Amino acid sequence: MSDYISHDHEHDGIDRRGFLKCMAWAGTGVLWTVSGGVLASKTLAEIAKAGTPLPATDLSFLQISDSHIGFSKEANKDVTATFKIALDRINAMPTPPSFLIHTGDITQLSKPEEFDTFDEVLKSCRTKDVFYVPGEHDVLNDGGKLYRERYLKRVEAKGSGWYSFNKNGVHFIGLVNVLDLQAGGLGQLGDEQLEWLEADVKGLGADTPVVVFAHIPLWTVYPQWGWGTSDSERALGYLKRFGSVTVLNGHIHQVLQKIEGNVTFHTAMSTAFPQPSPGTAPSPGPMKVPAEKLRSLLGLTNVEYKQGKTALAIIDSNLS
Amino acid sequence: MTTFISNIRIAALLCGISSLFLSAIAGEMKGAESIRASGSRIEIKDFAFNPQTITVKSGDKITWINRDEEPHTVVSVEKQFKKSSALDTDQEFTITAGAPGTYTYFCSVHPKMTGTIVVEK
Repeated sequence: MSDYISHDHEHDGIDRRGFLKCMAWAGTGVLWTVSGGVLASKTLAEIAKAGTPLPATDLSFLQISDSHIGFSKEANKDVTATFKIALDRINAMPTPPSFLIHTGDITQLSKPEEFDTFDEVLKSCRTKDVFYVPGEHDVLNDGGKLYRERYLKRVEAKGSGWYSFNKNGVHFIGLVNVLDLQAGGLGQLGDEQLEWLEADVKGLGADTPVVVFAHIPLWTVYPQWGWGTSDSERALGYLKRFGSVTVLNGHIHQVLQKIEGNVTFHTAMSTAFPQPSPGTAPSPGPMKVPAEKLRSLLGLTNVEYKQGKTALAIIDSNLS
Repeated sequence: MTTFISNIRIAALLCGISSLFLSAIAGEMKGAESIRASGSRIEIKDFAFNPQTITVKSGDKITWINRDEEPHTVVSVEKQFKKSSALDTDQEFTITAGAPGTYTYFCSVHPKMTGTIVVEK
């Protein structure tokens, strides 16, 4: 059996290819998948007959966030340079990610020239496929019109910019929670988007891994600073039945993670400047740190999906 | 939080009874000299409007200045005056107080930030 083990990701003495070969050798013709803690089986004949897609293959993608192009204050006077460093890191990866996800705040002030700079610098990235969701800094004066024109046409986004797509059997959902915010409130998805979400996931099998990405955290990190989304509970309700849900957010410029049932919540670092830990400063404004420390607080997030594993592997790395 | 929101709504409703509105001047940059005459200043600092509640006389000018490194806006909850554009650091926005009443506003970028203007005769 050891002949068949070429990729032992789980350190359990078995890999997928070896496992399948073993099963074929055993002549059972049954494909076992472990998803969301539920062990499911289908005969290979059944799969062939029903045209059921085979389980997802391994996939890796990368999250970048909060570039804030145009910001030039004390906390980081050259955010374009640190954004470039982040891209250099991506280009240096031994296995390039399949695609990037940018979780908002491309710009500081939604200026066309700030978007231009971002797009120009991004050209140096070897990975060309990028999926976007807006941050509040990207939609300051026009309700997100320019942003949608530039970044969401390709994905045929609905409403104010939400959409979904599939990659290697994983279902990805990009949500917008930075528009039409109410006085005194938090981030908000709104009824129209929530209805769309409910319909979007309706036909999916519970064993489909789901990745949701949005700018403001979809969990209540620190409401005093507006770090949460008022109607995220409803969104998560539609995702409850899935065995593996990964929620990727930006906005708070630091890594925080929470696991609740089958849902992993994760926030990414910024490529521009850090923000204080919840409640540790008078406000969530840019955090000034010694120049030599800055890059250790900026970074990006690599996400890997390994077939058969319930949770996606999320690895953060800084720019120092 | 729900109570807070409904308080704002009630306040907004009460001032909505008055059919007169604040007249607004778009938020272009203004020199400090020009608004000192009969004005009230609200400083935006650490994601808060200071003072959070101000009382002015009808016809007074009210100027907000953003002292944060983060952009903020000034938006009437009940759309009773023209909203500001996004104010970058040290940018100002000025309106002229109109009819007596209570006016609530917030920052549409950081909606936790709210403030109140009380206009007296």
